[in-house]
Amino acid sequence: MSAHEHKDYVGAKFGMWLFLFTELLLFGGLFILYSVYLSRYPADFVTAGAELDLRFGAANTLVLLTSSLFVALSITALRLGKTKQSLWLLAATVASALLFLLNKFFEWSAKIHHGLYPGSPELQAREIGETVFFNLYYLMTGLHGLHVLIGAVVIVWVMVFIRQGKVHRDDWVILENAGLYWHLVDLIWIFLFPLYYLVL
Amino acid sequence: MSSESSHIVPYRTFILIWIALLILTGATVAVAQVDLGALNIWVALTIASCKSALVVFIFMHMKYEQRLFKLALLSALIILAVFIGFTFIDVLYR
Amino acid sequence: MTAYLANDRGFLGDKKAPGFLGWIFSTDHKRIGLLYFWSIVTFFCVGAILGLLLRLELFSPGVDFMSAQTYNATFTLHGVIMIFLFIIPGIPAAFGNLIMPIQIGARDVAFPRLNLLSWWLYIAGALLAITSLFTGGGPSDTGWTFYVPFSAQTQSNVSLALFAVFIIGFSSILTGINFVTTIHRMRTTGMGWFRLPLFTWSLYATAWIQILATPVLAITVSLVMVERLLGIGLFNPTQGGDPVMYQHLFWIYSHPAVYIMVLPGMGVVSDIIPVFARKPAFGYKAIVVSSLAIAFAGSLVWGHHMYTSGMSDNAVLVFSFLTFVVAIPSAIKVFNWVTTLYKGSISLDPPLLYALSFVLLFSIGGLSGLILGAASADVHVHDTHFVVGHFHYVMFGGTGFAFFAAMHYWLPKIYGRMYSKKLATIAWGFMFVGLNVLYLSMQIVGVQGMPRRYYDYLPEFTDLNRLATVGSWILAIGLVTMFANLFHSVRRGSPVGPNPWGGASLEWQIPSPPPTDNFGEEDPIVTHGPYDFKEAGIL
Repeated sequence: MSAHEHKDYVGAKFGMWLFLFTELLLFGGLFILYSVYLSRYPADFVTAGAELDLRFGAANTLVLLTSSLFVALSITALRLGKTKQSLWLLAATVASALLFLLNKFFEWSAKIHHGLYPGSPELQAREIGETVFFNLYYLMTGLHGLHVLIGAVVIVWVMVFIRQGKVHRDDWVILENAGLYWHLVDLIWIFLFPLYYLVL
Repeated sequence: MSSESSHIVPYRTFILIWIALLILTGATVAVAQVDLGALNIWVALTIASCKSALVVFIFMHMKYEQRLFKLALLSALIILAVFIGFTFIDVLYR
Repeated sequence: MTAYLANDRGFLGDKKAPGFLGWIFSTDHKRIGLLYFWSIVTFFCVGAILGLLLRLELFSPGVDFMSAQTYNATFTLHGVIMIFLFIIPGIPAAFGNLIMPIQIGARDVAFPRLNLLSWWLYIAGALLAITSLFTGGGPSDTGWTFYVPFSAQTQSNVSLALFAVFIIGFSSILTGINFVTTIHRMRTTGMGWFRLPLFTWSLYATAWIQILATPVLAITVSLVMVERLLGIGLFNPTQGGDPVMYQHLFWIYSHPAVYIMVLPGMGVVSDIIPVFARKPAFGYKAIVVSSLAIAFAGSLVWGHHMYTSGMSDNAVLVFSFLTFVVAIPSAIKVFNWVTTLYKGSISLDPPLLYALSFVLLFSIGGLSGLILGAASADVHVHDTHFVVGHFHYVMFGGTGFAFFAAMHYWLPKIYGRMYSKKLATIAWGFMFVGLNVLYLSMQIVGVQGMPRRYYDYLPEFTDLNRLATVGSWILAIGLVTMFANLFHSVRRGSPVGPNPWGGASLEWQIPSPPPTDNFGEEDPIVTHGPYDFKEAGIL
């Protein structure tokens, strides 16, 4: 009877998963382009890929994987009533996000400094497949970076809710959904990393 | 509500999965140093898929969710595969 | 049930949410449904006027009153408005929101605030689209398909138009997420999956397409914006890109989009025919399965828009074959609708008139679709008016008429007032005649070779173009009559009770207009199917 007063935990999570599917298909369009152009310019992709610094890529992979760990742990912490610990873990997640973005900033700066950016004379002097590679690189890592930023903002928002007591051990689905979003950001990078940094 | 029945994943599980992810990352970097020709990308994608499976099933709790969730994810992945695959029917045979 | 009070305006007069703000900040699915309904009807009228202007220009060869540039901008705007602001949201956002939660016995959708957000996004996108007409380089002249390279290079304000499309697409995605979750999680006691009305099933199938296909459109239009604004040209051959890849990505969404358009229309028809034949739907499960099959198979055929684009022969073959396959589930529905009518007790009220028109006109459009689906034939009629006739048959004769059917079926429930059935029938007559004169002429002139999207044509096409234009005027008379009748009835029609048509689904068991909480204190308990007229106590 008062069933309609209760929140629908499973429904809320399901809705979030449906939203994640839209993100999957959004990036999916770019992955389609990547795979088509890889098949068209295999040698150029390898040459261009060699320009990317594996250390930046690997470091960022580790940062994101760890950030996923932090957010997962924060949910368990909250559900065990360890609110403070949960908040610290979420803070660590946000810190990881910022570290990722900092890395990205340095990485992009280095590339741009070396003249490897869309429309640059250096790039135009190279093979055309390399232009495609770098166009895709900036677009895909850029769109991904935007999602890292959005994810970080969402997590900060949830931290505020936790501080306000709106999200707690008996009603944590908002944190769980934020976590799901964060893991998606991690998942996209799990595929971006080999496609851009491990092209051989 | 029904939330009480939802399983809490212990810290230990998450940490073990994280370690597995680090190992797989190391593996994919290592394999990339070896020239396997066209096979490289497929090995890399396979390892990435394994890492994704760990993230999806444990970090994202999919292992403990209703069958509906798993079916829905499968549908989305199938549709994406169709989009990529059918595009290649054009691109590969021009 | 609760006695009907002639002065009880239900959710329309909800005292807890008064005035203008009570409407535009409402999270009541019925209010949001009406907000959508009126916005959608407004944009339909704007789009229709643009269509009439196009027909006016085509009355004679040469410039009648529009330059080529103006003509290009007009058909672009006509397409963008009709597709993104009328047909795609049309039935789901208006009638889905109004009726579906009631049909499943729920109080509202799963995410009411997201629902409101989706309407605001719709309005925001519409306003951005309107702004694009008057800013930058003026209205887009690319056609609603925005093909590269032209869309990347033209001076017209493509970026803003595409951003508007992006926003509207996001609105569609939110509706999809809401409906799938609602139908899974909020069915009332006894409302098993196979007791759902077929309209709800159609919305379910549609919602999945909205979720899975629309994001591809989002990335595609973003890439064109990125090329225009940042010079990063992933479809640009001078940068190693492939313009055909734009077409792939565009149609990967836009073909499934036509199923977003038509499935809800089929759902409306599937609900109406049993009621007005007073007979349970024939082949209920087949209709359910065919809806899901259309949703899936419709995602496999996008290349049939691209036979002449330079695709590989293998792709042409595969897409053509699959296009024939996707016709099968639609045909199954037509058989089931007709069989439902057989030996039924028919009341030829306006809802049925429009629903039957859907069956005929959609079938005609479907047949020309088979011609287009056959690659060898398509090569001759691609980009001619044959195509334009085809899609107007299925989208206007099909979904458009289903939208009209839904209006005539459900507006009395929503407003508690009945329109003049006589006037509705007269309006229908004009529309039916006008539509066929208009689009049949188009298909003939298309086969004869008249290309689409040209403001001018060879003199030998004049007679049929004139005939088509006259058809558009007859159609317009019907539209005006229909809307005048309905709008008058909303305020001054004679009051009706809960069940003017004798339906057995849940929306007919509550007052007209419905109360804000739909079912009062107690959630309904369902004991029979949506077309079990005997069990529902309807004679």
